[in-house]
Amino acid sequence: MSKKPSPWLFLYYLVLLVLLYLPIVILFLFSVNDGIAFTFPMKGVTGHWYQDMLRNRELLEALRNSAIVALSSSAAASLIGAAAAIALMRFKLRGRSVFIAVAVLPLLVPFLILGVALLILFSSLNIERSLVTIAIAHTIVAFPYALLILMARLADFNPFIEEAAQDLGATYFYTLRKVIMPILAPTILAAWLVAFTVSFDEYVLASFLNGGSPTLPVYILGQMRFANRFPQVIALAVVVMVASLSLLLLAESLRRGGAKTELKPVEPG
Amino acid sequence: MLRRISPGWALIAVPSLWLLLFFLIPLALMAGYSLRPDMQGPLFALDWQPTFANYLNILGNASYLRLLAISAGIASLVALCGIVLAYPLAYFLVFRAGERASLFLTLLILPFWTSYLLRIIAWKIILGPNGVINTLLMSTGVFQEPLRLLLYSRTAVVITLIYVWLPFVALPIYAALQRIDRSVLEAASILGAPPPLAFLRVTLPLSMPGVVAAFFMVFIPTMGEYVTPLLVGGSGGSLYGNIIQTFFSQGLNWPLGAAMAFLMLIGALLLSLILTRVVDVGRMLG
Repeated sequence: MSKKPSPWLFLYYLVLLVLLYLPIVILFLFSVNDGIAFTFPMKGVTGHWYQDMLRNRELLEALRNSAIVALSSSAAASLIGAAAAIALMRFKLRGRSVFIAVAVLPLLVPFLILGVALLILFSSLNIERSLVTIAIAHTIVAFPYALLILMARLADFNPFIEEAAQDLGATYFYTLRKVIMPILAPTILAAWLVAFTVSFDEYVLASFLNGGSPTLPVYILGQMRFANRFPQVIALAVVVMVASLSLLLLAESLRRGGAKTELKPVEPG
Repeated sequence: MLRRISPGWALIAVPSLWLLLFFLIPLALMAGYSLRPDMQGPLFALDWQPTFANYLNILGNASYLRLLAISAGIASLVALCGIVLAYPLAYFLVFRAGERASLFLTLLILPFWTSYLLRIIAWKIILGPNGVINTLLMSTGVFQEPLRLLLYSRTAVVITLIYVWLPFVALPIYAALQRIDRSVLEAASILGAPPPLAFLRVTLPLSMPGVVAAFFMVFIPTMGEYVTPLLVGGSGGSLYGNIIQTFFSQGLNWPLGAAMAFLMLIGALLLSLILTRVVDVGRMLG
């Protein structure tokens, strides 16, 4: 197969890339546009939506709520993800494939259905909707990501290291703490960052399960009705978008870095 | 690698319990709830007669069925357009991008990881009678009135969803193309197949698992979509998901909403089952 460069395909790629990024650029322009409605040509450039944003208490509270939900759900998802990944990759467990199928299912079930199902669960148990109920829902949807990232990492690091530790007298849980966890740490961090971003952006589950104190996406959608407050909401959205992209790039570099420090078995002869 | 069994079970216990409590049981409860005749009394009080009335209601209601068909049509359209647009991208990345392929792929995927809600909101700013495109067109004098195609409508929903899913659609196709054994392609070329024929007879059929995966990976979540219609669909742009959302958020009729959600769940599971028969999902996602 010849690897000849293809200018037409490259051009097509570039055009689609521009189209993909254009709406994001427009969001940014909207946040510095001097006016409530965004029409072309722009009226002028201003930073005052960003200043308003810092004074808007409801908005900052929504940001705080999102941070609480994302921090707790991502910590839980990456920890149970790590436990499950180690169990699945290092032990012969009956029902392994059933567990994986169920764990990956939240990626295939529309969030609307999961939201409805959890709403029925919590209200039939008389559990008040709150940030906790949102966080629980987010662990379910972040869990498959964490599990798959960690299983991929465990698949390519050598179980002989753990066996050596145990042959030298370490108990399993001592090995887990002193050998497996340090090797897995960068990948767990990467899984945690991905889970954090999934939770931070999630709207559907949060809208079904919030108890009146909204997370950021729920707040943002609620503000769509008020044209005069909208630009400052977009300003915050731009800040959040830049922050979450940075986190994801960090996660990607951790995941790749983690995979590079692996210990390979010595090839015989 | 069979060592002692117990640490494995200890490790898997909490994740299993978590999935059981907050994923499987809620779905089962939803199925149970859909058999309730009304919303009277607590769920765990079993003093109600299970009934299929809600399902009969859905199947006997032409407007629900029509909306279900429209939603399935829109989800198929979005998935197919996404595949047609993304296939050349994946082909370019695998066969023509050379050493910079992974950088190009990262650039393509990055927008998918920015907030889903914000990207839809961006389209709300772009489309619509006072949107970026229409005001631009009118200020240049090309059009006197807002372009009908760009008003809030189902067309706007389709455009927005294709945009939202495009980077995601490219992924499974990319993975499938990458797994094609290059020697097969060489054989085709040595045996004298001109490139278009080689593509049609060799590359395309071998990449079909990726195409099928891409289709379902877009179709299933799009069926449950209600936020995009809410934002850019306008008054006539509602989809099946919007009825479910309305039944629950306004507390109107939870059992009927649960029945509609359960029908969608069954559909999603059946399609997922077909998907796993056709392709190795784990490798697609990994």
